[in-house]
Amino acid sequence: MTRFRVFAGIALIIGFLLIYFVWATETNPTSAYHFKLGLDLAGGTELVYKADMSQTPSSERSDALSALQGVIERRVNLFGVAEPLVQTEQASALSGITEDRLIVDLPGVTDIKAAVAALGKTPTLEFMLATTTTVGTTTEVAYVPTGLTGRYLSSAALGFGSGATAGLSAPQVILTFNSAGATLFEKITSENVGRTLAIFLDGQPISEPVIQEAIPGGQATITGNFTATGARDLVRNLNFGALPVPITLESSSAVGPTLGAAAISAGVVAGVIGFIVIALFMIAWYRLPGLIATVALAEYLAFMLAIIKIIPVTLTASGIAGLIISVGMAVDANVLIFERSKEELREGKDPREAVHVGFARAWTAIRDGHLTMIISGVILFWLGTSIVQGFALVFVLGVLASFISAISLSRVFLLSLVPEHKKGIWKFLMGSGIHNA
Amino acid sequence: MYIVTHRSLFFWITGIILAAAIGSILIFGLPLGIDFTGGSLMQVSYQNSVPPLATIEKQVAVVPLGLVSVRTMGTNEISIRTRTMTPAEHDAVLASISSNASTTELSYSSVGPALGSQFTNKALWAIFVVILVIVLYIAFAFRKVSRPVPSWGYGLTVITMLAIDLIVPTGFYAAYAHFTGAEVDSLFIVALLALLGYVVNDIIVVFDRVREHLAKNEKMGVKEEFEVTIGKSINETMMRSINTALTVALALLVLIFFGAPATRNFALVMLVGVVAGTFSSICRSAPLLIPIAKWFTKK
Repeated sequence: MTRFRVFAGIALIIGFLLIYFVWATETNPTSAYHFKLGLDLAGGTELVYKADMSQTPSSERSDALSALQGVIERRVNLFGVAEPLVQTEQASALSGITEDRLIVDLPGVTDIKAAVAALGKTPTLEFMLATTTTVGTTTEVAYVPTGLTGRYLSSAALGFGSGATAGLSAPQVILTFNSAGATLFEKITSENVGRTLAIFLDGQPISEPVIQEAIPGGQATITGNFTATGARDLVRNLNFGALPVPITLESSSAVGPTLGAAAISAGVVAGVIGFIVIALFMIAWYRLPGLIATVALAEYLAFMLAIIKIIPVTLTASGIAGLIISVGMAVDANVLIFERSKEELREGKDPREAVHVGFARAWTAIRDGHLTMIISGVILFWLGTSIVQGFALVFVLGVLASFISAISLSRVFLLSLVPEHKKGIWKFLMGSGIHNA
Repeated sequence: MYIVTHRSLFFWITGIILAAAIGSILIFGLPLGIDFTGGSLMQVSYQNSVPPLATIEKQVAVVPLGLVSVRTMGTNEISIRTRTMTPAEHDAVLASISSNASTTELSYSSVGPALGSQFTNKALWAIFVVILVIVLYIAFAFRKVSRPVPSWGYGLTVITMLAIDLIVPTGFYAAYAHFTGAEVDSLFIVALLALLGYVVNDIIVVFDRVREHLAKNEKMGVKEEFEVTIGKSINETMMRSINTALTVALALLVLIFFGAPATRNFALVMLVGVVAGTFSSICRSAPLLIPIAKWFTKK
C-alpha cells in the first residue's frame, strides 16, 4: 500500500503540474503554448488551390509542388498575416488524392477577395523553343517547352540597356537562374544556336530573342517592350515568385470572428458543464471509485490539453468532437473496471483483492476496444480529408491517453486507498448504485 | 436471460427500426451539403430584422447564379446556398444584400465541384477500410474461441451491427434534416466515424465476456448451452453498457443545449447513435451469435 501511495502522490503532483501548465500558458499572453485554434473556431480564410501538373513530368511533380509552396509562402508573408499556414497535398493513388493541391490558411483574414488578390497576380514563366515550319506560303510557328521554367529562377533584376530608340535606355529584366537552371540554360542555348528562344509570361510570349551563342553563367536578359513600371512590376512578381506551375482557386472558406468567438465560449461552457455532470454521475453511482475516476479523468484531460498545446494540435470543431468521444472512452474504461471489481466483491473477495482482479479481468476488453479504436483512428488519419484528420488525430491521442490513464492512474489511486476489509464506511464507499451491493 | 429467450422479439424490433430508418432515407433523402456537391454557402446575420426571403432572393439574383436557396437560421441569420461562386461574385452578392440593411457575414465557404465529389469518395472509402480492418482485428482477437462460432463470425456480427447502428442515425438525420433544413456536412461524417468507434467498443465488451466464459468452460470441462453463456455475458455487462451510454449521452445532451450551434447537429446524430448502439450491443449483438452458432453446428 505504501508503494501505491508514493505512486499516487507522484501522479497527483504531475496532475497539478499539468493543470498549472495548461492554466498558466493560457493566461500568459506571451506564452508560446496557447491553444492553436483552427479557422472554424478562430475565424479566418482558407483557400484551396489546384496545381495544374499536366505539363510537368511526374518525376518532377513533388519538387514543383514544394517550389510552389515556397513561392506562395513568400507571398503570404508579404501580405502580413500572423501565423499563416501553407500546406501541400500531393496526388497519390495510396491516399486517394487525385490532384496536387495547395492549401493556404490565413487566420484573422475574412475578406476572401482581398486574400486572393494579395496572393497576387501570379506569373508563370516559361522558356520555349520556336520551330518554324513553312507550308507553301504560310509560315507556322510552333513552340516547344524546353523544361526551363520559373522554377529554376533564383532572382530577377531591373536593368537598362540600349533600346531601339536612340538616346533612351530601354528597361530590361535580368534573370538569374539557380545552378540547375544555369546548366539547363547553357545546354539549351548551346544546342540551339540560331533558333528563337521565346520567353512566355502567363502563357503569352513577351520576348523572342534569337540565340546567338551558348550562354554560360545562368543569366538571361529579357528585352520586351517594357515600360519602366511594367518591368519593375514583373521583376517584383518574379522575385516574389514566378509560379513553377499554374494554379486555380478550387475552394475557399471564411469564418467571421464573431462566429468563431461564440463557438469557443460555447465549447468551453459545454466542456465544463459536461465534466461536472459526468463527475456527479460517477460519484453518485460509484462513490469512492467514482471520485477516484473523476480525479483520474481531470488528470487525463489536463494531460490531453497539455499534449494538444505542446505538439501543437490545431483544434477545430471536429477535433473537439474527437476529444469528447475519447473522454467517453476514458470513462468507459473506468466503468468497466469498477463493474468488474464489484462482481468480485459480491463473490466475497476483500476490496483490495477485488480491485486487483477487477483490473486484470477488465484488461482484455479494454485492450481490444482501445486497439480497434486506435487502428480505426490511424486509418482515418491516413485516408481522411483535413476535417476527418482533425478528428482522427485528437481521437487517437485521446484513446492512447485513456488506455494509459485507465490502467495506471485509476489503479494506483484505488490501490493506495482501498483497505483489505469491508467494514464500516468502506462498505458504503465501495458499494454502488442506490443500494449497498 | 430475458433478452436471449425473447431474442426474436428484439430481432423484430430491430427490423422495424431499421425499416423505418431506411424508409426515412428513401422518402426524405439525404440533403448533401456543399462539402459533397460543391457550391458556395454564406451565412449572414442582420443587425435588425431579416427582410422577407423573397426580397433577399431578388437581391441575390442580381448576380446570375442560377438556382439559389435562401433560408432563415436562428432569429436574425440567413444562409444562402449557390453554385460555386468566384470571389468577385461572392463580393457582388454580399454588396447587393447589404445595400439596404446592416449585415455581417458570419461565414462563407465555397467548394469546387471536383473537390466535392472527391470528398464523398474519400469518406466512403475511409469508412469501408475502417470496417474491414475492424473485422480482421476481431477475427484475430477472438482466434482462440472458434466454437461454436468461428472467430470471423464475431467480426461478421460486429459488421452487421455497425451497419444497423450507422443506418439508424442516418435515417433519423434524413427526417431531422427534412424538417429543419439541416444538411449532410462533413461533421455528419465525423459523427458517424465517432459512432463507429463507440459501437465497436461497446460490442467488444460483450463479446469479450462471451470469450472469457467460453475459455473458462473449456478449461473446467463444463458443458454449457451456448444460449446460457450468451445470456450470462449479456447480464453481466449490461450495467456497464448502460452506465457508459448514460455518461456519454449526458455529455452529448450538454453539448446539444450549451455547445456551439456548429456542433449541435453532430451531437444529435451521436446521441441517437449511442442510444441505438447501446440497444445493439445489449439486445442484438450477442443474441445474433446464437443463430450463427446453430447454423455452424448443423453443418
